[in-house]
Amino acid sequence: MSDPDAATPLLEMRQVNTHYGAVHALKDVNLAIYAGEMVCLLGGNASGKSTTLKTLLGMVKPTTGQVVLDGEVVNDRSTAYRVERGVTMVPENRRLFQRLTVRENLQLGAYLRNDSDGIASDMEWVFELFPRVKERLSQKSGTLSGGEQQMVAIGRALMSRPKVLLMDEPSMGLAPALVKQNFELIEQIHEAGLTIFMVEQNANMALSIADRGWVLQTGRVVLDDTAQNLLNHPDLRASYLGEA
Amino acid sequence: MTATLPPETGAAGASAEPPLAASRPALAQDWRRLVRMGAVGAVAQVFIALSNMPVRLDERVIVKPVLSLGYLTLLIVPFAAGHRVGHQIKREGMPQHAAGAHEVAGGAACGAVAGGGLSLLAVLLANFDLREPLVNWSPMLAELLAFGNATRFAVVIWLLIGAAVGALGGGLRLLGPRTRRAVVTMALAVGGAAVLEPLVVDLAEGMRLEALTDRLYARRGGINWTSALGLAAGSGILAVLGRGRIQQARAHIAELEGAQRTRTNGLLILATAAVLIVLPLFAGKLTNELLANVGLFVLLALGLNVVVGLAGILDLGYVAFFAVGSYSAAVLTAATSPRINPELPWLVALIVVVIITGLVGLFIGAPVIRMRGDYLAIVTLGFGEIIRLIFLSDWLSGWFGGSQGITKIPGAGIFGLTSVAGTDPRRVFYLVLAFCAIAIYVSWRLERSRLGRAWMAVREDETVAEAMGINTVNVKLLAFVVGAILGSFSGAIFANKVGSVFPSSFLILVSMVILVVVIFGGMGSIIGVIAGAALLIGVLGGPKQPGLLQEFSEFKLLIYGALLVWMMLARPEGLIPSARRTRELHQEEFLQDAWLRGEVDTDDGNGAEPEATERS
Repeated sequence: MSDPDAATPLLEMRQVNTHYGAVHALKDVNLAIYAGEMVCLLGGNASGKSTTLKTLLGMVKPTTGQVVLDGEVVNDRSTAYRVERGVTMVPENRRLFQRLTVRENLQLGAYLRNDSDGIASDMEWVFELFPRVKERLSQKSGTLSGGEQQMVAIGRALMSRPKVLLMDEPSMGLAPALVKQNFELIEQIHEAGLTIFMVEQNANMALSIADRGWVLQTGRVVLDDTAQNLLNHPDLRASYLGEA
Repeated sequence: MTATLPPETGAAGASAEPPLAASRPALAQDWRRLVRMGAVGAVAQVFIALSNMPVRLDERVIVKPVLSLGYLTLLIVPFAAGHRVGHQIKREGMPQHAAGAHEVAGGAACGAVAGGGLSLLAVLLANFDLREPLVNWSPMLAELLAFGNATRFAVVIWLLIGAAVGALGGGLRLLGPRTRRAVVTMALAVGGAAVLEPLVVDLAEGMRLEALTDRLYARRGGINWTSALGLAAGSGILAVLGRGRIQQARAHIAELEGAQRTRTNGLLILATAAVLIVLPLFAGKLTNELLANVGLFVLLALGLNVVVGLAGILDLGYVAFFAVGSYSAAVLTAATSPRINPELPWLVALIVVVIITGLVGLFIGAPVIRMRGDYLAIVTLGFGEIIRLIFLSDWLSGWFGGSQGITKIPGAGIFGLTSVAGTDPRRVFYLVLAFCAIAIYVSWRLERSRLGRAWMAVREDETVAEAMGINTVNVKLLAFVVGAILGSFSGAIFANKVGSVFPSSFLILVSMVILVVVIFGGMGSIIGVIAGAALLIGVLGGPKQPGLLQEFSEFKLLIYGALLVWMMLARPEGLIPSARRTRELHQEEFLQDAWLRGEVDTDDGNGAEPEATERS
């Protein structure tokens, strides 16, 4: 993929303010994600992490500011348009379509695509990444184990052939061993060339694999630095890593 | 009977059948459970008796001269209670007791308690005037309960009958699986022959086999007891001989794959189609009328199935589309239509009907679709009524005739070749069959299409579906429209078949009946929906259409309700579930079982997650 320092970011938020009714959820948020990067957005509960994702994906409209995808302002574009242009989300808690088979889940990931050859080859790619998914293809996704579900959830997102993958709390609700495995999966797809933007509470884990990160507090970006610096940042250590 | 085995032996082989322990002594009953079950039976008995079902259904003879449908409704309760009380929960690792005197005694005691309800009722009826508070029962009930004798007789006889029938129910557990299957087959054969009597007689007339039915059935209804015995014996022998053959064949078909599978399926479909095409030729008016009614409800249920089963939108006002389809067909084809009467040929009108109903679906759907869950259901309920009230209103009576409706609607003409009207139910049936075939094909294709997947995704998780780029509003609207169009077919045929439309044909009740058909048959399952319509509409009857058991018409709703409750408790996935639903509804049990067997690694990470353990 291209150089992280390339001029235009793949996905960008410029001075974005988002409201839920009267509640001011995002305050002047600026984010820029460059192609090939792995970046993370940290924050506690109700700090605006999920709102950021929803705003990026067009499920919530920003009150002011711009969401820019590949140089194009997409504020008024639908979610479908943005998915088609290369943004996809892996929702928190995996949230597969439980009663549908693994195959149907993957096919739904490619819902907006019409190139059946491309879909087939992308499915092969997913199997290459996660061989276990292939074994479970005609099983109902709800019957899979937690780890397998996570693979299907990522596979489903990959089926839309995204440029940037938004991951909503990949460690949420998982046991420590699975969290570790999950982050290994994320690294794996990052190495396969995908740009990854992840939203996490588990700062330690996220920063250990990310290049850069932001810290969000009550809707405002309070820190913006490289992962290494953030890991050593005293404020962050105090508030997230549980060290006084 | 096997000797008592120590429990350890059972625990060792968890998946193997636990060994049978010796049967328990007859008096070692769980008395509390027994009395509770019996009391429930007694209450059910009294309820059934006071609903006047026994008296009304006494006219329908099942086996002449021993059993009428009326008495059957009373006997079934102690039988079921007696059978149920002998139920052992299978616990892994715990020994099962062999069935024996314990089951029979328990069944008898439980049945006697249930029968005691009727004894008590007989006493009450004799001593108090219950007509005031409970208006439904007729004085015939006391007579029926006492078999024409004194009240004392009724008290004793119902205790005895209850005990005897309960003992029979409990005794059913003594039989081995093979014998039990034979007994069940025999009961089904006799019961089926009795229920299907009008149909069989009608068909026999068409095939000139009256001699056969004259022997089977008594002159004024009911199977002759001699023929009943013969029938039972014959079916019992068949069951023993054909033991397991059907299951084998089914398993065999299920194993087929690829081209072979397709061919077998094709053959099965062809065979079914052939039977459905040939059968009406031999059938008289009654059978064809019945089949046509069932077909109309199959159409409606398939339409609702798209909305409820696939897209997961609980539509309680589906009758609206049936009504719009009927009324627009009536207005377009009838010369007597009050305001506009273009008298279009039926097929041309049908195209317009489809467009109109589709638009109505869009209009109703647009505001409704933005709601979720309970609120959506309530709003659809409202729209169902609004549509009916619009047709009923004085305001539009110049268009739709108000409560007078539109009458003298001509039959459905097809290319000027034939005209299909209610006077010729055979043609109506063929017409309905053709549309059912279309609807089945469309449903089947849709389920496997991209759109079908999108519907299911919306049903599963609307937010994630949206994140996948599915335009959830459009997709749900489309489900509404497709459902509306399928319903309008049924409406258009209905109007031209019956020859008149009135607002009173489109009560909220129709929505409920269609929904019950879908739930009873199995949501999301095409075959299930068809089976549900055949059983409910065919046997019990539709909202206004008589079924095979016409005597039930008064109690139809009661039975629908009871069936629905029972279904939700015992078999929530429906009669013939789609594979999906079963999995979902029993997923917890399924996962628990798998967990117990150690097949599933749980989310707490100490399960079999090879990579994770290797690395840590």
